[in-house]
Amino acid sequence: MSDKTALPVGAEAIRDKGYWLAYRFLILRRLSQSFFLSLFLLGPWFGIWWVKGNLSGSLTFNVLPLTDPFISLQSIVAGHWPEMTALIGALIVGAVYALIGGRVYCSWVCPINPVTDAASWLHRKLDLPKGWQPKRGTKYFMLAMVLGVSVLTGTVAWEFVNPISMLHRGLIFGVGFAWALVIGVFLFDLVLARRGWCGHLCPVGAFYGLLGGKSLLRVSALERAACDDCMDCFAVCPEMQVITPALRGKDADSPLILSPDCTNCGRCIDVCSVNVFHFTHRFDETPAPGRVRDRTNPAPKVGKAA
Amino acid sequence: MSATSTQPKSPARRRFLQDAARGTAGCAVAGMSLAWFVQDARALPDRAIRPPGALPEDDFLAACIRCGLCVRDCPYDTLVLAELGIDGAATGTPFFTARDVPCEMCEDIPCVVACPTGALDHELTDIDDSRMGLAVLIDQENCLNALGLRCDVCYRVCPVIDEAITLERRHNERSGHHAIFMPVVHSDHCTGCGKCEKSCVLPGEAAIKVLPIRVAQADQAEHYKRSWDENTPLVDEIIDLPDRLPGTGTDNLAAPGGFEPTFKLPQGATTGGVGQ
Repeated sequence: MSDKTALPVGAEAIRDKGYWLAYRFLILRRLSQSFFLSLFLLGPWFGIWWVKGNLSGSLTFNVLPLTDPFISLQSIVAGHWPEMTALIGALIVGAVYALIGGRVYCSWVCPINPVTDAASWLHRKLDLPKGWQPKRGTKYFMLAMVLGVSVLTGTVAWEFVNPISMLHRGLIFGVGFAWALVIGVFLFDLVLARRGWCGHLCPVGAFYGLLGGKSLLRVSALERAACDDCMDCFAVCPEMQVITPALRGKDADSPLILSPDCTNCGRCIDVCSVNVFHFTHRFDETPAPGRVRDRTNPAPKVGKAA
Repeated sequence: MSATSTQPKSPARRRFLQDAARGTAGCAVAGMSLAWFVQDARALPDRAIRPPGALPEDDFLAACIRCGLCVRDCPYDTLVLAELGIDGAATGTPFFTARDVPCEMCEDIPCVVACPTGALDHELTDIDDSRMGLAVLIDQENCLNALGLRCDVCYRVCPVIDEAITLERRHNERSGHHAIFMPVVHSDHCTGCGKCEKSCVLPGEAAIKVLPIRVAQADQAEHYKRSWDENTPLVDEIIDLPDRLPGTGTDNLAAPGGFEPTFKLPQGATTGGVGQ
């Protein structure tokens, strides 16, 4: 661990790269989230009906149907075979996320992401204890549970409680008391479990993670030899366990972050002052030597400190 | 106890079993909560009427993805999506309240066309075939027509006038010499659009209301035969019973040739009726 660890997260990046490059992907992500939300809000607010519906199902320019594949899957296991429109929509959405990374949905589109990011930011500022950390596999149990309940009750079960669609639909069609669920997620992440909801429990994220398990777009720790152990990437990454195998890998290990948990949010690229990380594709085999270590002076076990 | 059971097992195996057990137990608890919540939340209130062509409620909740495209394509802003904790229907599912905005029964049924999943059945192509609910003249004490007045508004606004609602003329017992024109709903034509409920002139609640069919309609009594509906006699052929009247015999003393029975009748039995 270097002396830089003590500096505020992202401080060197701002100093060395400037504000824009140190926040580029965060700003782009917020723009993307706002863009997708405002597409849906153009109709109800300004009467411009380019996109109708919500993230569960929509129709763009009266031609392009899009459907949430996870909701369609629940519908099918609940015993309803959807009409072709919904199936085509689910296939399009599924194919896109299978290519660019399933959890790109989580970090670039999902309206709950700003909520949990805000909770995480405040959590870091207040220096709160990380609290309950469910095992990484818990979300897959949640996914199985949701599908099981869908089968047993014959309903699209997760949509009765899903905070994502509650918030998104609430903003577009009228929110009712759905804001209580959103505040619940915020408080859960802030007080009970750091990064608890999106990474550990949300079955939608688990589904999209599996969907994009073999996706093309990947972050690579290409310049990992330059890493100066400032630990900022671990601090900002919502799924920090995905960094270690790539960043700390030896010469023979791939520098690609191949975990389905990675949301391709690009925040690690932002905060790295020595530009270790880059977006690339999963077949990128550019050689990336690991950090040169003296055998008599091995690297400290930084992974545990993270 | 056998010797093998005291052997320490591999820690990895133990951890795996513990994790699996914890995950399964946690999911069972979460799953039961969710299932309970789903059961609770899917009780559809009687005043929430589903759009035309909506599948039966159980199938509907398996099919509806709550996208709101039916709401967007409804030209009269009849349909709304249920809001959590405010409207009783399952959150995000479409419904309408007839007293607020009834269904205008568009001929091209845009809401059904818009539905991407078939939760609104695409087989429905003639809006007159839709059965969103059934109108019921629920307050027959305050309905103006039932009081003998000529309001007739529900009858007049009915899109299926003279078929879904007819006015049945009855005697006005109160005045003794007027008529009551009673609105009567016929389930074979009523689509449940709710225009009658919307236009009922009574302040506040309407005297005629659209209710879900499951509430408004009883099951037919299968164990009673409706001879006027079905021409299926209990026995296959006509049974030719022996004719006894007006012939001679012990039961018709007045007829020529009638005779007293050979057995003793109880006192007064034969003279009962006319003679006394």
